[in-house]
Amino acid sequence: MSRILPHPLLSAALTLTWLLLNAPPTPGNVLLALVVGLTVPAVMGALEPRRVRLRAPATLARLAILVLYDMIRSNIDVARVILGLRSGERKTGFVTVPLELREPVGLTILAVILTATPGTLWVQYDSDTGCLLLHVLDYTEDSAWERRIKDRYERPLMEIFA
Amino acid sequence: MNGAGLPLWAAWIVVLLTVTGAGFALTGALGLIRLRTFYERVHAPTLGATLGMALILCGSMLLLSLIEERLVLRDALIGLFFTVTTPVTLLLLARTAAHRDRFEGNPDAPPEGH
Amino acid sequence: MNSVTILDWGLGLAQGMLVLAMALAAWRMLRGPRAQDRILGLDTFYLNGMLAIVVHGMRTGSGLYFEAALIIGMIGFTATVALAKFLMQGEVIQ
Repeated sequence: MSRILPHPLLSAALTLTWLLLNAPPTPGNVLLALVVGLTVPAVMGALEPRRVRLRAPATLARLAILVLYDMIRSNIDVARVILGLRSGERKTGFVTVPLELREPVGLTILAVILTATPGTLWVQYDSDTGCLLLHVLDYTEDSAWERRIKDRYERPLMEIFA
Repeated sequence: MNGAGLPLWAAWIVVLLTVTGAGFALTGALGLIRLRTFYERVHAPTLGATLGMALILCGSMLLLSLIEERLVLRDALIGLFFTVTTPVTLLLLARTAAHRDRFEGNPDAPPEGH
Repeated sequence: MNSVTILDWGLGLAQGMLVLAMALAAWRMLRGPRAQDRILGLDTFYLNGMLAIVVHGMRTGSGLYFEAALIIGMIGFTATVALAKFLMQGEVIQ
């Protein structure tokens, strides 16, 4: 298992990408896709990619739906700010969030999530202290953002990449 | 221009998806003009890079699938690629701006300490 | 009103909006005031140009524009990263 498929996720992603690019999936294309999916990860061993192990697929699915919902909601929120439809005073500024998540792949996905939800911007991450500096376009309370990021995104990610 | 055999409802859905997506992209670009400081402006293009792009690509996939009468999911690769690259771009830009602002001692610069 | 007319007008409107977005990004790119603002404008310009090409592909119904959009996206990403790194350190390759 581990000798033929050192990186099963990478193999699956490469095969799927090849099939998407070369649609419709004729038998020849499927064969080529499998060859690419099996050989490229073996060659990539020289680069020593980090082994990713996903746990709790149910949490992953729940997180994906949550991020999709947050993405749509925060898109509308930021659009309202830009178009001047948001009434009341708007405060903008930097927020420091101390993170417990240390897994590099988990941090990468957290960065993707925070970028996919407009209104939050990842400025800097200090790997020594684990502190994340964020810029928030529209914040009401100081601790609300910290709690939101830790509860909504960080905890599920720590479960998935435990 | 093709799509003559397309049902009317499909044409309306495609147009609705694409125009809404383009509207979000345009709002993002407008934010580039309207917002006052650099750190506020960095938020603006993400509108086009997330929901705007997603809606346009959904419209494109729906239209091509109906025209070619098979499932065409190729455009999802563009979405995947941009979802992965946008964080890198904006993170580097924000860090660059923070670095420059701190170096010059601007009052806008982000806090240094932790 | 048939589906061809709806698609032609609707997609044309979307293309016009994306071109307007490109014009706004270009304004920020030319206006500055600082180098990072110009890079941000360039990145938005690339993004909206890519989306306009996708919509143009939808109008013509040709699959050829997919490759063009993907390549523009890749070039835009590389350019923005290189420029941002240049601003940070004054050199691209270290």
